Amino acid sequence: MKHVHHVQIGPASFRIGSDWRAPIAQIADLYRDYPAPIDGVCDYTVRLFAARPWRRWVRPAITLGGDFTLPDAVPMPLDWGVLAAEMAMNLQLALGERRYLLLHASAVEREGRALLMTGLSGAGKSTLAALLATRGWRLMGDEFALVDPATGLAHAFPRLVSLKNESVGVMAQAVPDARFGPLLTGTPKGDLRHLVPDLPAIVRMAEPARPALVLYPRFGFAAAERTVPPSEGFVRLTQASTNYTALGERGFDALIRLVRDVPALAIDYPDTDAALAQVERLWAAL
Amino acid sequence: MRDAISLVHALRDPASSATLDGAGWTQLIASARAEQLAGTLADRVRGVVKPRHADHLLDAAYASAEQGRVQALWEAEMARRALAPLGLPVVLLKGTAYVAAGLAAGRGRSIGDLDILVPRDRIDEVERALLAAGWEWVKPDPYDDAYYRQWMHELPPLIHRERDRMIDVHHTVLPLTARITPDAGAMLSDAVGLRDGLAVLSGDDMICHSAAHLFADGDLAGGLRNLWDLHCLFAEVATPALWERARMHGLEVAVARAWRLAGALYAPTRAPAQAGAQSRRRTARNPGLPPAREHGHMPDRLYRRRLLARDGWGRATRPVTRFAFFVRSHWLRMPPAMLARHLFTKWRKGHRASG
Repeated sequence: MKHVHHVQIGPASFRIGSDWRAPIAQIADLYRDYPAPIDGVCDYTVRLFAARPWRRWVRPAITLGGDFTLPDAVPMPLDWGVLAAEMAMNLQLALGERRYLLLHASAVEREGRALLMTGLSGAGKSTLAALLATRGWRLMGDEFALVDPATGLAHAFPRLVSLKNESVGVMAQAVPDARFGPLLTGTPKGDLRHLVPDLPAIVRMAEPARPALVLYPRFGFAAAERTVPPSEGFVRLTQASTNYTALGERGFDALIRLVRDVPALAIDYPDTDAALAQVERLWAAL
Repeated sequence: MRDAISLVHALRDPASSATLDGAGWTQLIASARAEQLAGTLADRVRGVVKPRHADHLLDAAYASAEQGRVQALWEAEMARRALAPLGLPVVLLKGTAYVAAGLAAGRGRSIGDLDILVPRDRIDEVERALLAAGWEWVKPDPYDDAYYRQWMHELPPLIHRERDRMIDVHHTVLPLTARITPDAGAMLSDAVGLRDGLAVLSGDDMICHSAAHLFADGDLAGGLRNLWDLHCLFAEVATPALWERARMHGLEVAVARAWRLAGALYAPTRAPAQAGAQSRRRTARNPGLPPAREHGHMPDRLYRRRLLARDGWGRATRPVTRFAFFVRSHWLRMPPAMLARHLFTKWRKGHRASG
């Protein structure tokens, strides 16, 4: 393909090719502090292409492709290039990853121990992780936590943080000096803006951490918390994993170990300040 | 890489891939994934010196194929249990058969649906038994359903909702409308039982069946993988009776083409430029030389061009060749008037051609 960028994000490396210059230029800029792939070998290939040759110029629309694809991918406007690339990268991992158990979760680390937060879209896991990263935590990722079945350790995947709607403003205020991607309006998920993780998150992305707490946050309710028993955690996490079945016995063992060894709590919170206080308190009580 | 010849080289002569750099491995693995050959590649290049990360990737691809093997065998067992009361042998076809029989073709192979062959006059019982055991229809369209039932060599595909796995129940080898009519009854009566109550086709019939689907039916999508199967089967299970068997099934041309192309692309003993069955190494089970070909070199070159139409980004290339083979697959499957009627119905219902 004509325009190409290679990047290593945590344990996964990507080769991103595009029919257009703009998406690659934006991606290369936003990922400029990230290393090149180890050994020059890329785990995943991502293609951003025009489904029909003329769609390169006439009403240009990006179709997502790669090693692993879903049928019926809907093309996106060229202005959403960063979103297209991010979605395509996530998709490669979600469909193709077989070394790690993939959990749809955000993760932050402190003193070598990881806090995993998982929940439905809109539960606030991205925002919480990004905010914790401004308060002495290391951001490991806002989308996927990668659990190594052999060691039980969580590996970081600190790609761009995907901020939606209100959290765009919240983060602009919290980290005014951070680097942001273009503001994308009217996407299927509303307004969307990407945030470049801070330097520690990038520099230390190869350092795994031992999971110490799993939280199931829920935004928009009066503050509350309850212990999640291993049985419930197991069911919730199988649903939060994109490759649990594909890993077979290794996935089962990794998940059993996680829910057995790591305490888990469901927390409701009315606003982000309350949530951050809750998290710090629960963490201190471990 | 502009076509898939590097992938073919790596499978044929794994040691040759030791010269690849990181970018070369990235391209090789991307094209192997697109051709569903990543697990096979991993198996072939094990032990070859390569960048460490390439090893991690290929290990994961092989582990994934292994998991697929376990899943495929489990699915076969589920079908066996569902059909056991009918007193029928469940004859496994394609990928599941290769892994169940422990054949080289099954090593690292990705396996999609479960394909089985049952006698045509028992097809209604089989259908009822599968529906009772939790399989459901995939195609709700009445035209598609009626089309399958009237003309195809298999039931409309069924899916098991709980396990999310498809089963294709074949009662003949090629569509009933195809010009060639292999003898499915003979295949069934010569099937070989396995220890666990399942069965597979005899070695020669496996080859005939695989070649039929590659050359007498399909548009050669996934052709490199299917040709790899054939390459392995020729070396492992073919007998001197192969050509006679192929002639009986009407598949002499397809099997001979498979023999020539598998030899040209995958046989490690000679360079691809010197393709020709004559130099193929003879082994104990060697079926001997294929019958004299009735075509010149030109058709094989076209097939080769189609088989290799994949670049280092995993993209399908050569759209004109692909389209020609797509049209050809329909041409082979139906008489002209019927094809016209079929295409008109599909067009009127708003189906789009793939591509």
